[in-house]
Amino acid sequence: MVNNQLLSYLLLTPLIGGGLILFMPKAKENAIRYAGLFISLIAFVISLFLYAGFDQHNPGFQFTQKFLWIDNLNISYFVGIDGISLLMLLLTTFLTPLTLISTWKGGITKKIKEFTFFMLMLEVGMIGVFISLDMFLFYIFWEAMLIPMYFIIGVWGGEQRIYATVKFFIYTMFGSLLMLVAIIWLAVYASGPLGIFTTNLLDLYKVGPNVPRDIQNYMFLAFAFSFAIKVPLFPLHTWLPDAHTQAPTAGSVILAGVLLKMGTYGLIRFCLPLFPQAAVYFAPFISILAIIGIIYGALVAMVQKDIKRLVAYSSVSHLGFVVLGIFALTQESVQGAVIQMVNHGLSTGALFLIVGMIYERTHTREISFYGGIAKIVPIFSFALMFASLSSMGLPGLNGFVGEFLILIGSFKSPVLNSWWYTIFAASGVIFAAIYLLWLYQRVVFGEVKNPKLESLTDLSPREMLILVPIFFFIVWIGVYPSTFLNISAASSGRVIEQVLYPLSSLVK
Amino acid sequence: MIQYIYLAVLLPLLGFLINGIFGSRIKNEKVIGIIGSGAIGLSFIVMLGAFFQTLGLPVDQRQNIVKLFTWISAGGLNVGVAYQVDQLSLIMGLIVTGVGFIIHVYSMGYMHGDKSYWRYFAYLNLFIFAMMNLILGDNFVLLFLGWEGVGLCSYLLIGFWYDRKFEKGTTSEAAKKAFVVNRIGDFGFLLGMFLIYLTFGSLNFNDVFSRAVAMPIETSVFTFIALFLFIGATGKSAQIPLFVWLPDAMAGPTPVSALIHAATMVTAGVYMVARCSIIFASAPAIMTLVAVVGLLTAFFAATVGLVQNDIKKVLAYSTISQLGYMFLALGVGAFSAGIFHVMTHAFFKALLFLGAGSVIHSMHDEQDMRKYGGLKKYMPHTYITFVVAALAISGIPPLSGFFSKDEILWKAFSSGGFGYWLVGAFTALMTAFYMFRLVTLTFEGKPRFDEHNVHPHESPKVMTIPLMILAVLSIIGGFIGIPEIFSGEHGNVFENWLAPLFAPAQTKLMTYGNHSAFLEILLMAVSVIGAVCAILFARYVYLKNIRIAGKTVKASKGLYTLLLNKYYIDELYEAVFVKPIGRFSEAFLWKINDNKIIDGAVNGTASLVSVISNNIRKIQTGVAQFYALIMVAGIVAALFWLIISL
Repeated sequence: MVNNQLLSYLLLTPLIGGGLILFMPKAKENAIRYAGLFISLIAFVISLFLYAGFDQHNPGFQFTQKFLWIDNLNISYFVGIDGISLLMLLLTTFLTPLTLISTWKGGITKKIKEFTFFMLMLEVGMIGVFISLDMFLFYIFWEAMLIPMYFIIGVWGGEQRIYATVKFFIYTMFGSLLMLVAIIWLAVYASGPLGIFTTNLLDLYKVGPNVPRDIQNYMFLAFAFSFAIKVPLFPLHTWLPDAHTQAPTAGSVILAGVLLKMGTYGLIRFCLPLFPQAAVYFAPFISILAIIGIIYGALVAMVQKDIKRLVAYSSVSHLGFVVLGIFALTQESVQGAVIQMVNHGLSTGALFLIVGMIYERTHTREISFYGGIAKIVPIFSFALMFASLSSMGLPGLNGFVGEFLILIGSFKSPVLNSWWYTIFAASGVIFAAIYLLWLYQRVVFGEVKNPKLESLTDLSPREMLILVPIFFFIVWIGVYPSTFLNISAASSGRVIEQVLYPLSSLVK
Repeated sequence: MIQYIYLAVLLPLLGFLINGIFGSRIKNEKVIGIIGSGAIGLSFIVMLGAFFQTLGLPVDQRQNIVKLFTWISAGGLNVGVAYQVDQLSLIMGLIVTGVGFIIHVYSMGYMHGDKSYWRYFAYLNLFIFAMMNLILGDNFVLLFLGWEGVGLCSYLLIGFWYDRKFEKGTTSEAAKKAFVVNRIGDFGFLLGMFLIYLTFGSLNFNDVFSRAVAMPIETSVFTFIALFLFIGATGKSAQIPLFVWLPDAMAGPTPVSALIHAATMVTAGVYMVARCSIIFASAPAIMTLVAVVGLLTAFFAATVGLVQNDIKKVLAYSTISQLGYMFLALGVGAFSAGIFHVMTHAFFKALLFLGAGSVIHSMHDEQDMRKYGGLKKYMPHTYITFVVAALAISGIPPLSGFFSKDEILWKAFSSGGFGYWLVGAFTALMTAFYMFRLVTLTFEGKPRFDEHNVHPHESPKVMTIPLMILAVLSIIGGFIGIPEIFSGEHGNVFENWLAPLFAPAQTKLMTYGNHSAFLEILLMAVSVIGAVCAILFARYVYLKNIRIAGKTVKASKGLYTLLLNKYYIDELYEAVFVKPIGRFSEAFLWKINDNKIIDGAVNGTASLVSVISNNIRKIQTGVAQFYALIMVAGIVAALFWLIISL
């Protein structure tokens, strides 16, 4: 029976651990750092156990645990994972310890205790979002996670952090409220056919497809709007560059690495299966926004003058691919989207870490400040090249697998049923090469013109220790993606079936 | 050896990893060079073993697949890391590892003393690894891995001296340009793959081609697939309109130009089209397009080559031109002639570049031919081997270039038409002229450099021996492809070797018209005599009567400037694509749309909310009775609404 409690252990580890850290004396900064790392490593180990115990052939939810929580509203603590959530959990628990280490020297210098606490609370929120099978529970985690992020950007961020946090908050809250209304409406509606008010996702799956079409459209949009802001889907993306630029490195990494994925995860988990007819109806429209995002994000990234803003805009472009893959609704494209969510977490996470490392040395993100540093910091230059190549989808590295599956899947998609989506989306591969290589050329190549750069020091062993595991997985996914594709195969198939054949899947 | 074919791929990877990881710590250049070259040498031996083993097999068993593991599998897509050993991949593999090995050895001398010696060899080995995947992959996706991989290595090696200037910009600009232009081609290639998958439900060569054979030629989907794939080929193989990156690629070290930008990578497009012969043969319109693009590229690049003064630039345009010939061959359905020219071109063009490298090396990185002259007495080995290569590319019998080029011209005539032949033959004439312009300006006449400060010298043996080997290959390399009219009953050995692979495509194409052997010999004679005249004319002009050149330039100033500036294609692209996209992105998308329109809406909403709440705040009087009143009013309203809705 341990298996059924594993998810709760995973959730409780950073929660209790974070609570304990509050009791540690403030001055013992190193002890706090190690404690934070230790706790996040335990979480990672638990998620490895989840991986080991996971049945890849079972498309349903596993490790489920359920007990009634709020009696009269019939709200349960109901958790469980399928292959898609498992990959997200692995990504979350993998990145958290690495980001914690990245703050040890120079990254975060004030209020270490509070920072570590908020990071762990953030992890609780992220884990909660990925394991909740009760809409109400999900909503609580979804909202709760904003609080630590708010503080991380607001307290440890850059000069314009207040503007960035407020913008981030307004955007997200706006979306969340619409979702809350939709959740309540759906639960009330469910009490008709089910005879009881419920927020149990698995029950709602059976109800959603029967919601009348016109209402279903509104419901779908309410959910989709909320998730689209998080993704972010064009034109709801403008909070992202500000939040990213102002957040401390660790914040940017988690933001790009995991938080954005909650948007796409939400689309897969809620929008598609709950409102299948509406999802198919809106698929072309959302795909067009995704493709605009791919090209738009890339073009705007190209002309940025701030490294972090450039990487932020590149996220808009990359997540466009993911959304396209989801709404193309083919086995190839959805699996591609899921693996691309992991890929983006790794490669963009790595890019933010690398940018953070150089920022800690020079305290500037202006591209024009740099130039010719290949000679001075060769290991850094290699790392930036490697992460860039991964990000631009070079075959043999992770990004290619995701992009390729998304594109090939969307090309043959019966839902989209046109080549044009893929043709435009595929042009993103050209632009990605342009903005990343141009960045690289201006930062790393050329002659050293700025004397301040002469004294740069190359990556320290600690910094390499952070990047090596990420690079390891970048290569692994690129060369042998089966390990990860197999996890999501059955679950992705189930989601597609739920959308395209809602009625027959209900019979099961 | 066939079952160990993956060693030919993995050995270069191993070399890359050793030199890449430990290279900076190995202080000894020799060790690094031997690891780098050795990996390729061993790889060549594996290929050779596989070749002879295949040679011993009956014709119908000469295609074998060695599967290692499943790479990407999702939905209906299932591609593996699997290598296909057949007539075509063996030929290409032997060229790549063989010529590659020679160039690696040469590099040990050329790069001597460079501070990033290890990095150079690591990149070079990585390149061979990618190239071998491109050639040996048994599916489109693995081919694409190699395709992008060689592009990456090309990028890394063009920008190898990343702190040097190159022409108006830097080497890294040239490198980026190469990569981006290649990616435009790759975009086409990707679409081709998607359409193939949609049409045939697979991306494995065997599945796709066997299903394609069965499909009627009228199916228009072939036209799109072939078009998309050909866009990919124009990028990688520097054809119109995507050839602009190759001249700039000369920013890299010269052996790199020899290996990547002459002998191997740029022929990847030719290989890919030949590999997909059945698809192209099923799309007649695209076949014509391939032939015409090839012919035009051959012609226009040759005209530019006539006036360039940088020794490597001449060779770069010559490469583009020769690649054009290969596409001409493919376009008229002479697939094996195209591959044959890939092979002979690899020999003589690698030799030309290495020879040029030897000259540049001894002239302290000077590349302007106007500052050369009379070098033959200083570097006799380089001179002799260079002349051999120049004769070969000019199509002088019995050197290798003669056989392959004449094969192409003949096929262009017999299945294309007289027009094809005429333009092709005229281009051959120009080729002979500019090659001997180069030879004469560089090696003959009086020195035009400062003999007190510059002391040219012959290169060390590690560089000249590779030149000699390539010279021998340039001389004899053509004999395995002697045309049927000379070789009698054995036929064309090279063509026969490849014939089983191209047979399905040939049956879909129209049969060659029946032309007499006399005509074939006549046309051959015309082109050879033309080439000889061009060579003699070039020698006359640049040795005896340089004023002719000056007069011609004066007389046709407009044309000369046009050629010297390469038809202003770079400027055109810059003005039409690069600049406007950049300006549009910055001025409109970012600064107006993002910052003004979208953020304006967001911030506007925020300030609207704060205006409203500032007003609503006034209700907060702090008087409890007022709150109670509002509450009661609310309850009444709610009850009222409930009653009505009942």
